[in-house]
Amino acid sequence: MLKAEDYLVGETAWCPGCGNFSIRNALASALSELELSPHEVLICSGIGQAAKTPHYIRANGFNGLHGRALPPALGSRAANKNLKVIVASGDGDSYGEGGNHFIHNIRRNPNLAHLIHNNQVYGLTKGQASPTSEQGMITGVQVNGVAAPALNPLAMGLVLGAGFVARCFSGEKEHLKETIKAAINFEGYALVDILQPCVSFNKVNTWGWYKQRVYFPEIKDPQDWPAAMEMSRQWGEKIPLGIFYNHPRPIFESSLPALEGEPLASRPFDPASMSRVQDEFL
Amino acid sequence: MEVNILVGGAAGQGMDTVMNLLGKALTREGYGLIYTKDYMSRVRGGHNFSRLRIAAGKPWSNVETFDILVALNEETYYLHHDNLAPSGRVIYDPRLFDLPDDETRGVSVELENLAEEAGGKVMANTVAVGALLVLIGLPGTAVEELLKETFADKEGVAEENILALKAGMDAASRFCSSCFPLPSKSEGGKKLFIDGNQVLGMAALASGCRFLSAYPMTPSTGVMNYLAGKMKDYPIVVEQAEDEIAAVNMALGASYTGARSLTCTSGGGFSLMVEGLSLAGMTETPLVIILAMRPGPATGLPTRTEQGDLEFAIHGGHGEFPRAVLAATSHEDAFYRLNKAFELADRYQIPVLFLSDQNFADTHRTVEQYDFSRLNYNRCLAEEGQYEEPYKRYRFTESGVSPRALPGQFADQVVLVDSDEHDENGNIIEGAQARRLMVDKRMRKLTALAEEMDEPDLYGDPHPDTLLIGWGSTYGVLREAVDALSASGAKTAMLHFSDIWPLPRKRLNSLLPEVKLSCCVENNVTGQLASIIRRETGHLINRSILKYDGRPLLAHEIIAEVEKNAES
Repeated sequence: MLKAEDYLVGETAWCPGCGNFSIRNALASALSELELSPHEVLICSGIGQAAKTPHYIRANGFNGLHGRALPPALGSRAANKNLKVIVASGDGDSYGEGGNHFIHNIRRNPNLAHLIHNNQVYGLTKGQASPTSEQGMITGVQVNGVAAPALNPLAMGLVLGAGFVARCFSGEKEHLKETIKAAINFEGYALVDILQPCVSFNKVNTWGWYKQRVYFPEIKDPQDWPAAMEMSRQWGEKIPLGIFYNHPRPIFESSLPALEGEPLASRPFDPASMSRVQDEFL
Repeated sequence: MEVNILVGGAAGQGMDTVMNLLGKALTREGYGLIYTKDYMSRVRGGHNFSRLRIAAGKPWSNVETFDILVALNEETYYLHHDNLAPSGRVIYDPRLFDLPDDETRGVSVELENLAEEAGGKVMANTVAVGALLVLIGLPGTAVEELLKETFADKEGVAEENILALKAGMDAASRFCSSCFPLPSKSEGGKKLFIDGNQVLGMAALASGCRFLSAYPMTPSTGVMNYLAGKMKDYPIVVEQAEDEIAAVNMALGASYTGARSLTCTSGGGFSLMVEGLSLAGMTETPLVIILAMRPGPATGLPTRTEQGDLEFAIHGGHGEFPRAVLAATSHEDAFYRLNKAFELADRYQIPVLFLSDQNFADTHRTVEQYDFSRLNYNRCLAEEGQYEEPYKRYRFTESGVSPRALPGQFADQVVLVDSDEHDENGNIIEGAQARRLMVDKRMRKLTALAEEMDEPDLYGDPHPDTLLIGWGSTYGVLREAVDALSASGAKTAMLHFSDIWPLPRKRLNSLLPEVKLSCCVENNVTGQLASIIRRETGHLINRSILKYDGRPLLAHEIIAEVEKNAES
């Protein structure tokens, strides 16, 4: 069995104190504790600081285009259902540029864990508002403060039918690790919104800001959708953490007759065996 | 000797049903034919029509004039009667409208009434087919057989349709029987009656394509429909994406993890895909994109045809990376050509654009059965012991092609791909030297790729005075134009491209300096192939024949232009 540190590779390009480090460590520990070998895991990402994760975890990696982490993850599930697929990307990537894919992959419900490193700001492009930035936050572009209210990804996920909806904080490491493990093991699309500080560009939602507010509510019934909705809408003085909702439904892969048996990728094929397919045109 | 038929009406009146039934029956009886569609971007109303040409051997293109007009509404008669042969006939329903008093070609058949008597108004088209059969002197047996097959699951429906068919035959036989004798039958065994999209869908399936993600867009949707229809019986996943951006990125994910993958679209959708195309170039992920062209810019003419996206296919996507661009030229060739696209994508780990257009996609033809043993399935993956450990996805090689492994294929080896510039391992780099090495590695593939391109097809006089140059779906119409020009004594040939990029240039270089007149014939306004030839070879094409009204070229238009040029 590999230890957590065996999954850590590469020199990170992250700022000292960045929340990404804790998320990376939690992911490495989760993979180790789940006894998943690097070749059994695929991490898909888009573009941004968080999206560099595939370079820093030893596993298969598809570091694609900005906003486009989910579509290749879906394609990879179709081609090789044996891969454990994790999508690790930021709030801008997942909720902004990739918003349409976020909506429709929740509806599809492929078996993957979506970890959103949500620092409520754009890091790599140096500090513009993200879809989750606080209303009123002043940036170099939103000079009069962010006008639109922040997007609520958890409420959105619940409304769209996500079967697994969780919120974590990069500063609550044990909880983060356990939630990532549960998300990876969840049969279906698992949404894990991870609050993290951006030490360089978000001067509002700092580590201390989060630390003061987060708490762990008692979740009596993880299949109680209205209760999950209520928790997902709590924001401000108190911010709840936890797996708000855990209620599997049929996954994307189960609707595809082609996926019965061996993964598509490893099946042999001979075109000459197909000649009868033209008979319908005779 | 040949027979040409035009069936017209409003969208939703079911011209397709008539033509499919008649086309397939004629094919089974051994006749060679082509059936093309001219339709509007609407579900009901407007004016749609279809042309069916039955000719000796196998007709390659359609013609403007016709012998039988089936006017399902009054507008059809007035729009088309000028092109009806003086000895022609009009099948129409006298309950719907009257022909003008001086029109002597009428065959009045109460389509709706007779259908209702047989069991329902919905079968009016079957009555029309019956009338058509009488005019061309074809017995009803083949159509009856088809009706039984089509409605095998619906009790009584076939029988009612056969009644409707016979009613149509009886009604028309009062006017004229076998007055348009059919040409001689084509040779060889049983033939297929198939449209371009079905050819491509079947070729993809038989090429081992396991994954198609696409967003519906005319005229490419038929490929998606065909493959979706096979999901129950064959190991293929067809996913309707939320947009074309998702479509191309899904296909890349499926390809990266090991499925032969495809997406299909038209110009507007391809515009959304080009970032993903560039990603395919950067990550060296095999991908085939079928681009079924229609007139742009923007939404353009959604259901019409154009060859306006050739330069876009060659240059679309930011940055520089190797790609191949192939085109559907004929139903005969495109089946094998699309297989080649999949093979090239895997062999060189590149995106391959496959150009089709509405003219090809929606046209049915009678063709010989395909030889599936000519198709290949070589995935060109690294095998155990054939790669250096640790596995590096972008290991430098002389050819530029790195051994490709799939995620999970080898225990303890991982496969990392990246849209940033990267090192051999796939990790982000920014160094100048490392960048240069990786660009060179990718571009080195072009040397061998260029050798894979088939030279354009040379048809006609081997030492022509006039050389017509074309690409894609104009193959058939150019062929018929060359035949007609040659028959009148002009030394004419055509040079026709199916593999376009990297541009094969041997035949261009040998022929162009020798001919008196070179003429590019294209369904676009700027003469894109002519520009590419000039840029790539330095040869100037003397003339161009360009059509950009959204309609396919017709042989008589090409012949007239060539003769005009020859005179001047």
